[in-house]
Amino acid sequence: MSTGATKKLVSKTAAPDGIAVHAVDLCRIYGEGDTAVNALCGVSLDVPNGHLTAVMGPSGSGKSTLMHILAGLDKPTTGTVEIAGTEITNLSDSELTRLRRKHVGFIFQFFNLLPMLTAEENIVLPLEVGGRDIDKDWLDEITGKVGLANRRKHRPSELSGGEQQRVAIARALVLRPTVMFADEPTGNLDSRTSGEILQLLEEMVKDYGQTTVMVTHDARAASIADRVLFLADGAIERELPRSEPGAVLAAMNELSR
Amino acid sequence: MIKVALRGLLGRKLRSALSAMAIVLGVAMISGTYVLTDTINGSFNSLYKEIYKGTDAYVAARTPLKANQNAQSPSIPESLLAQVRAVKDVRVADGGVTSFPVSIIGKNGKVIANGGAPNLGFSVNPKISVFNSLTLVSGSWPSPNQVVIDQGSAKKGGFKAGDMIGILGAGPEQKMRLSGIVKFGTSNGILGSTLAGFDLETAQKVFDKVGKFDFIQAAAKPGVSPAKLAQELQAALPASVTVKTGQAEAAKQTSDTSASISIIRDFLLAFAAIALFVGIFVIVNSLSITIAQRMREFATLRTLGASRAQVLGSIVGESLIVGVIASVIGLLLGFGLARFLMWVFGRAGLELPANAMVILPRTIWVSLIVGVVVTLIASVRPALRATRVPPIAAVREGATLPPSRFHRFRTVGSLILVALGFLALLDGLFAKGLTTKQILFTIGAGALFIFIGVALVSARFVKPLSRFVSPIGVVAVVALSVLVWPISILIWAIKHAAGNATEFPSVAPDKIMNKLALRNAIRGRERTASTAAALMIGLALVTLVSVFASSLTTSFKGAVDSIFTGDYAVTAANGFTPIPVSAAKAAAKAPGVEAIASVRVGEALVYKKTAQVSAVDGNASQLFKLTWVQGSQQTLDTLGSTGVLVSDSFAKSHHLKLHSPVGIVTPDGRPLSLEVAGIYKPPTGGSPLADVTISAKRFDSAFQNPLNEFTLIKMKGGQTAANTKALGRSLAKFPNAKAQTKQQFVDAYISVINQALTILYVLLAFSLVISFFGIINTLVLTVFERTRELGMLRAIGTTRRQARRMIRHEAVITALIGGALGIVLGMVFGALLVERIKNLSFSAPDRLPYINFVLAGYPLVFFAVAAVIVGIIAAIFPARRAAKLNILEALQYE
Ligand SMILES: Nc1ncnc2c1ncn2[C@@H]1O[C@H](COP(=O)(O)OP(=O)(O)OP(=O)(O)O)[C@@H](O)[C@H]1O
Ligand SMILES: [Mg+2]
Repeated sequence: MSTGATKKLVSKTAAPDGIAVHAVDLCRIYGEGDTAVNALCGVSLDVPNGHLTAVMGPSGSGKSTLMHILAGLDKPTTGTVEIAGTEITNLSDSELTRLRRKHVGFIFQFFNLLPMLTAEENIVLPLEVGGRDIDKDWLDEITGKVGLANRRKHRPSELSGGEQQRVAIARALVLRPTVMFADEPTGNLDSRTSGEILQLLEEMVKDYGQTTVMVTHDARAASIADRVLFLADGAIERELPRSEPGAVLAAMNELSR
Repeated sequence: MIKVALRGLLGRKLRSALSAMAIVLGVAMISGTYVLTDTINGSFNSLYKEIYKGTDAYVAARTPLKANQNAQSPSIPESLLAQVRAVKDVRVADGGVTSFPVSIIGKNGKVIANGGAPNLGFSVNPKISVFNSLTLVSGSWPSPNQVVIDQGSAKKGGFKAGDMIGILGAGPEQKMRLSGIVKFGTSNGILGSTLAGFDLETAQKVFDKVGKFDFIQAAAKPGVSPAKLAQELQAALPASVTVKTGQAEAAKQTSDTSASISIIRDFLLAFAAIALFVGIFVIVNSLSITIAQRMREFATLRTLGASRAQVLGSIVGESLIVGVIASVIGLLLGFGLARFLMWVFGRAGLELPANAMVILPRTIWVSLIVGVVVTLIASVRPALRATRVPPIAAVREGATLPPSRFHRFRTVGSLILVALGFLALLDGLFAKGLTTKQILFTIGAGALFIFIGVALVSARFVKPLSRFVSPIGVVAVVALSVLVWPISILIWAIKHAAGNATEFPSVAPDKIMNKLALRNAIRGRERTASTAAALMIGLALVTLVSVFASSLTTSFKGAVDSIFTGDYAVTAANGFTPIPVSAAKAAAKAPGVEAIASVRVGEALVYKKTAQVSAVDGNASQLFKLTWVQGSQQTLDTLGSTGVLVSDSFAKSHHLKLHSPVGIVTPDGRPLSLEVAGIYKPPTGGSPLADVTISAKRFDSAFQNPLNEFTLIKMKGGQTAANTKALGRSLAKFPNAKAQTKQQFVDAYISVINQALTILYVLLAFSLVISFFGIINTLVLTVFERTRELGMLRAIGTTRRQARRMIRHEAVITALIGGALGIVLGMVFGALLVERIKNLSFSAPDRLPYINFVLAGYPLVFFAVAAVIVGIIAAIFPARRAAKLNILEALQYE
């Protein structure tokens, strides 16, 4: 049944308009010979512009692996990935870096802010690293949006986990990337803060049309997505359109059975 | 716990190896120094044994002076030999003469010499073989007016038996037939000394010792002990001579030599100590960082029931293992270093008499104990900190090490330490009545305190310091990148052609990476400060040397300009061996000489202390311009046989006025009664005269074999090509004398100083290398620690080059902080040292020039640039590691 489900998700040829990420037949094998692990196998998908796509699945099902490959941080053993129309699986390190500067934003589970920079400096870091000018209005807008307007000069150590993740979100958004990847963005937060962060992510997608791929274990998190993909043993087993947490949870339970 | 320690070490091979480097180098310096000096000592020991093996009793002049390598002991009358032979237990006796410099002139007309090794001359008597320690290699023993020379000189000069050869003794150069080539016992060379041997009469003529012996050797009849023979001889001979057994004489000569070798040894060991001190900083720092990174591990051990003592034990155990391994490697490396140096000496012609390395047990245990103890000392503080890690840190994310109990007092404490250090330094430098040992100890302790104190307190000022040096670093790096740009482009082109696409090399600074580096340097302020401190120590000492050098040379130049009113100076070609008095006489005959005056220097007993006495001759008043306290220029020419000229400081310390009597005892024990004829103020920059100066006439009658230090000449028309030529021609028979213009004279002296200083730079380079490894080590540890951050930076678009640049700039900032602190401290030390030397009084063992503090700018700029380069090079390896990190692994790194 998996093949049938995947087929629908992807156009076999080049990425049509409106598709941010286009992946075909991704396989990722770790190790060699007897100890080889098939972390990902035969995965194809399109990430449409302006959509929030959630990826769920049991631990070890290959979610992070998939996300890393889509983001160009890892190379698939076979298969291809296009971001904004550029095939990325054969790019050199510096070409990939350049691509990431323009098209990819990241939100990490452990925030990964630089402790010696202020919130604002952390936010504009991708621009500075890429040697791009800072759009003051946009900066003000997103800092306001993530609710840090009056915490700009604070260091990460002076911010709560939720606030730190807000900084991270603003940092990912400052580039207005083609696609933003988030690996368990709420994995390190309590449930109330998680809710706020999820709401923020949802707003980003709604208000700015920010294409986002989010890996999560949390059914509530998945429920804000336009689409939920379920991964098991390295393959996409199922897809749900926007659903209530209950439905997502049910689908998850079914999967692990 | 040892097992845990061992595991830990293996898991951090690179880190452990990098910090062990400091111990390896320091210990290598210690063991290398011991082996080298012991080997030289051993060689001389066996050499002297060999020379005196047939001598039962040794007769020489009695001298009240303290033994001095450079001063020749006085001669004894020839007639004593008959008296010796008349003693009934004497089987055979013979007298001989020896002298230096007695130079062999090469075919190019220049003196054959190896480095600064002496040119020795002596009489040979092959007929009495018990006293002859020479072996003939080729040719025959010398007949009258013939000479034998050593193998090394023969080879260097391309001479073979039968050739005519120039010999320069007390008079002008003489041509003699080379009758044969010899060697000393079994050895090929004696540390580069050249040897010229003559039959007795020829030797006496060449050395200007006709009718004299320097020593008489005697062998006893069978059954008579050397001691008994010596006793009998002493009883039979006048009190002006001493008689020793051959063994005692060999022992005395050995101990004279080893006394000067032990000075060299202690000097080298001092540099080893500096290197190890720098090493301590490096090790403390890297241990502190590793321990901070392993906090979770320690906390986990604690939750599993490990006691504080066990945690302490595991860290100290690790250090012990590192210390032992590093010390053993250092010990062996030291052997290699000694071998290498002997080889270098050999290549420079300074061959050792015997070539077997002497490795005493003391060398082994001192090296190992020092290495291990230093490592343990370095591990104490970090280990104690580790014991304060609470078990809870095992489960807490981002826990930090609890601050030490004394943390609050740190700034005040370190400032007090700096203050105490300066007090000790000032005390050591300026307090009166300290022995040399006390002075060195106090100064050393003071410097130690200052360095530690500044290192500790600088952690407080890393922020302003980093901000201050960062832009300098940016400018320097850009400038250096521009310099090497063509090469970078070439490398890029080659890589490009090979299909290896890298970014086009750019020289523009990367603002954001520089900013991140600056913030990182400030963030890890403790480690930035102590890494910089290691470099600071080496650079402070290098700066001190440089400041000292510039003060010395500039002051010297000033002194020469103000005091010498002549046009030319005649000195030895090598700049420091004295020249025969007859050379000045020859120069005086050159056409156009208007005035000529020489300075002789000898050693005598002045107020019961061995000190230098100088003498002036000829038209001294026209060639030296002194600043007079009592007397006038005229005094220089009218010292006569009783007049003595003293410096104002000497006059003050001995309460002398005009006409005060001054007592001097000559080397052969004759008292001279003199009275003060003039008091002058020596110029800053070096006095050409000793504290006590008499007339050359008096000098020549009181001192045997007088030699000139230098001769000054005033020529009609001043410095002209014709005059230079005329002087050169007049000195043709004196190949070791050189007529120089005033400027050349100054330059020659300065180049001798600079050569000596180069040795100091080379020795300090060891400390700099250790601090260089310290920077590498800190950066490697930092890269480990910030792996996740680096992963994130790469993920959000940082290129590999940017990552490298970030690490590099942090290294440059660290190096520049070390450089800035070191240069400033070095200047302060230099100013103090110069101030001290300025106030040197008569008690000083040598005529150290009176100098003024002079700051030469460009060496300091050079050191700053060198610091930047050290930073850049130290960063290469860690930066590559940072750039090569796999982004995904880095992001998952704990
Ligand atoms: N570097 C690696 N080397 C070998 N195997 C790996 C590596 N990284 C991941 N794997 C394996 O690949 C599979 C997929 O791992 P992945 O990290 O993608 O899972 P995940 O769905 O993100 O799990 P989780 O929910 O626990 O984060 C797992 O079986 C894992 O053990
Ligand atoms: Mg995962």
